[in-house]
Amino acid sequence: MQLIACPWCGPREEVEFSYGGQAHVPYPDAPGELSDEEWAHYVFFRDNPKGRFAERWNHSAGCRRWFNAIRDTATYRFERVYRLDDARPVTS
Amino acid sequence: MTGPFRISEGGRIDRATTLQFTFDGQPYTGHPGDTLASALLAAGRHQVATSIKLGRPRGIAAAWAEDPSGLVQIEEPFPEPMLLATTVELSDGLVAHGVPGQGRLADVPDSARYDAVHHHVDVLVVGAGPAGLAAALTAARSGARVALVDEQSEAGGSLLSGSDVLDGAPALEWVASAVAELAGHPEVLHLQRTTAFGSYDDGFVLALERRTDHLGAAAPRHLSRQRVWRFRASSVVVATGAHERPVVFADNDRPGIMLAGAARTFLHRYGVLPGREAVVATTNDSAYDAALDLHRAGVRVQAVVDARPEGSPRRREECEAAGIPVLPMSVVTGTQGVDRVTHALVAPFADGQVGAAAAIACDLLLVSGGWNPAVHLFSQARGRLRYDEALGAFLPGEQLDGLSVAGSAAGVFDLAGCLADGRRAARAAVAARGIPAADDDRLPVAPEPVVPAAPLVLWRVPDTSAAGGSTQFVDLQRDATVADIARAVGAGLRSIEHVKRYTTIGTAHDQGKTSGILTSGITAELLGTPVRDTGTTTFRPPYTPVAFAALAGRDRGRLFDPERVTALHDWHVAAGAVFEDVGQWKRPRHYPRPGEDMAAAVLRECAAVRTGVGILDGSTLGKIDVQGPDAAVLLDRLYTNLMSSLAVGSVRYGVMCGVDGMVIDDGTVLRLAEDRFLVLTTTGGAAKVLDWMEEWGQTEWPDLRVHCTSVTEQWATFPVVGPRSRDVVGAVFPDVDVSAAAFPFMTWRDTTLAGVPVRLARISFSGELAFEVSVNPWYAVAVWERLLDAGRPYGITPYGTETMHVLRAEKGYPIIGQDTDGTVTPHDLGLAWAVSATKADFVGKRSFARAHNAHPLRKQLVGLLPVDRDTLLPEGSQIVEFAADGQLPPPPVPMLGHVTSSYRSAELGRPFALALVKGGRARIGGTVHVPVNGTLVPVEVTGAVLVDPEGARRDG
Repeated sequence: MQLIACPWCGPREEVEFSYGGQAHVPYPDAPGELSDEEWAHYVFFRDNPKGRFAERWNHSAGCRRWFNAIRDTATYRFERVYRLDDARPVTS
Repeated sequence: MTGPFRISEGGRIDRATTLQFTFDGQPYTGHPGDTLASALLAAGRHQVATSIKLGRPRGIAAAWAEDPSGLVQIEEPFPEPMLLATTVELSDGLVAHGVPGQGRLADVPDSARYDAVHHHVDVLVVGAGPAGLAAALTAARSGARVALVDEQSEAGGSLLSGSDVLDGAPALEWVASAVAELAGHPEVLHLQRTTAFGSYDDGFVLALERRTDHLGAAAPRHLSRQRVWRFRASSVVVATGAHERPVVFADNDRPGIMLAGAARTFLHRYGVLPGREAVVATTNDSAYDAALDLHRAGVRVQAVVDARPEGSPRRREECEAAGIPVLPMSVVTGTQGVDRVTHALVAPFADGQVGAAAAIACDLLLVSGGWNPAVHLFSQARGRLRYDEALGAFLPGEQLDGLSVAGSAAGVFDLAGCLADGRRAARAAVAARGIPAADDDRLPVAPEPVVPAAPLVLWRVPDTSAAGGSTQFVDLQRDATVADIARAVGAGLRSIEHVKRYTTIGTAHDQGKTSGILTSGITAELLGTPVRDTGTTTFRPPYTPVAFAALAGRDRGRLFDPERVTALHDWHVAAGAVFEDVGQWKRPRHYPRPGEDMAAAVLRECAAVRTGVGILDGSTLGKIDVQGPDAAVLLDRLYTNLMSSLAVGSVRYGVMCGVDGMVIDDGTVLRLAEDRFLVLTTTGGAAKVLDWMEEWGQTEWPDLRVHCTSVTEQWATFPVVGPRSRDVVGAVFPDVDVSAAAFPFMTWRDTTLAGVPVRLARISFSGELAFEVSVNPWYAVAVWERLLDAGRPYGITPYGTETMHVLRAEKGYPIIGQDTDGTVTPHDLGLAWAVSATKADFVGKRSFARAHNAHPLRKQLVGLLPVDRDTLLPEGSQIVEFAADGQLPPPPVPMLGHVTSSYRSAELGRPFALALVKGGRARIGGTVHVPVNGTLVPVEVTGAVLVDPEGARRDG
């Protein structure tokens, strides 16, 4: 069981957190102007890479704050956590 | 003296105290410090069990958890299956017997306590042998917070099994001083009888402490029997030692055949001679220690059989000086004996070929094929292993962050090296924590190590007999042989993981501690590939078996899951309520009167509400306080309808959808102030809806000035429902004008009762005139009882969730999650009126414009009335339709939908149901069929609202 570093609370047990899927998928500005296909992409389509992935996490049994993380989906390692208002980190 | 094979002095047992025990119905004696195995061996008993498939006699083949063979069932003090005789500490009155590979679970409840402790340390050291003690001392002296765990009854590890010297004195004197020094460090936790069984990410290690097992029937009741330690360590030092490995030969499973190192343990630690006449078969120098030690203790060592071409000149000299014959370039090819080995068959061995065998009499055959470092915890933490050709063993093959391996677990086999390696690992661990090393971290001086002669890697002796490897046991517990591996390879299996599963090798209680690497070696030989390519199977927790009772700890019975009860719970119990679980809540389902079953009680409760007045404990409804200048904006975006237009003092029903347009919850919203709303959710949806609001508020609209918090438990809420509810509420709250004109439907009012604030709301979940009364839970019982008193003239009837469900279903009000799944839109439920056409956007809106949302064959909520006016349709039943010829269409019969709710209605005088049916609203008035117990029941399709469709009753 991993420790996950909440940007506000510091390292906490994995069981305190819940997963929120891919990060940086903003709610569209004007959903009504999207085609059905474009809307379906927002609702249903997410990336599924092997390796680094920008994800949303919630410290649901702690401070209840949402944050973003860069996690390696192959090793499960969290490489970076960052606040929602931080820009997506550049990862090589 | 307990038993003819007990020597008169030496060992870690207390000869002054005698313990009585029973094995296989025979009385035996032993001493404190004994294991069941050592006490049996002291009595000369080697056979303890028979094998699972072949029924062959099996004995004690090792001295600790690596024993693949000696499984026993404990009967007293408490029945426990499948324990190893070698790891059961002897206690007075112990009753046990051998098992044929399968034990028996207790058929009485286990009344022992089990618990768990979380513990955080800088350094966790696993193993209190020389490397582990050196590591723990080094870390403790630096001032670090340290935990040292070891699975044996006392510290010392391999030093308990030998006669090593440190600082010129017996090594166990240093062990005692090290333990005393550790006890003096306040930040050190030292636990014996504690097995680290699982190693996970970020220094998380689980360990099982056996706290009272060794005390047997005398165990104090107030202590937990076993404890799971949940360690979180900045650094873990794995100093778990090594397991000796056997060599496989024919009939290598007879009682009296054991690992050479195990014989030393029984001799030095328990004062037990495992036999009178021994043959020692080896591929390396370590077994010579066993031969010489046993010889000195009075065992006749018939021969040391050394498979190596060169042997070990120095060790050979020592043996010959002691009069022990050494047979170089020789192997044991097989054995004789029935219940106990009587002869070893010894043959010349050169270039992989065996010559003619001669029988050597013996009652003890010791075997050593080298040592496998116990890399389990390293490997569990996903450390990669590397194969060492010279040792024939897998060693840690990389550096892991926060976990290092020291001593013989890392392939360091001499005492001085183990001490130094433990210190190295601990220094690195404290340095990584930023703690300076202690000025004085002196360790004792071990004798200069003697470099052993090179070992020979030998997995198996060629089987020249007709048996073809079918008596060459690789995994004794699984009765799996070299022939089984050959069959697996012959069947085309190449992966060691597949060979394991095909042969079942390594799947028993010991998880392949002796058989795993042998299987890799033999498989590689049969395939003609290098062992490093074959690799090992995956090491998984637990290292040794752990009882489910220990893992469950205190989380059993009433403590398994929290129970939530309302402020009125005791009243409900006293009123004879039958409870149901709704999430974690205990809710009254109905209040049966004497002689009533649930059906009768619910019909009575329903009739009372529809004709008089009833009262429900609705306190479990989710309640969320939404505050802030932008509270209305948030709710507008999350509800399908408009909340910002709601007047202060009013209430509105709302539906919440996901971005996919599917309903996720519904409820009512009270506007408390311009910037404050109280959102009422379903009981089961409360946490989810709060999550949903916070997620959108934080992630998409952080600019909104709004905060949400759960107030579910800050309010007790009682709907008072029925045509006489106005009389009851008016009587209890005389200062409130409860007339329909002054207090209209879907409004709320605050008032007080004897100075206590009370909120009244005209909300109805039944279609009847109703007032929801909410109050601080401290006053719940008082207010509830006043309402009951006031209602007595009207026959006020407390009702439960079942009646609530019937009443709401009669009105076609869906329960989200029962009448819906994740594929149902508001339109499907007939709630299009609650979907705003004017709002520019809200979550889910865009999905309603997708073509499929307007598909005429979407499943829609309708009512069903069985034509026979009698059949109660089982919820979940499928719905079918006859073809034009009045018959079912040929299979597969198209399914039109399913029954979501089904009850008997007092009001209608007949059963009814709600259902999701394809194109359901277009079918109203038609007939479909529902299979019930093999009969097709005709049902009429109706609108979802079956009682008072005009809504005439809501104002009384």
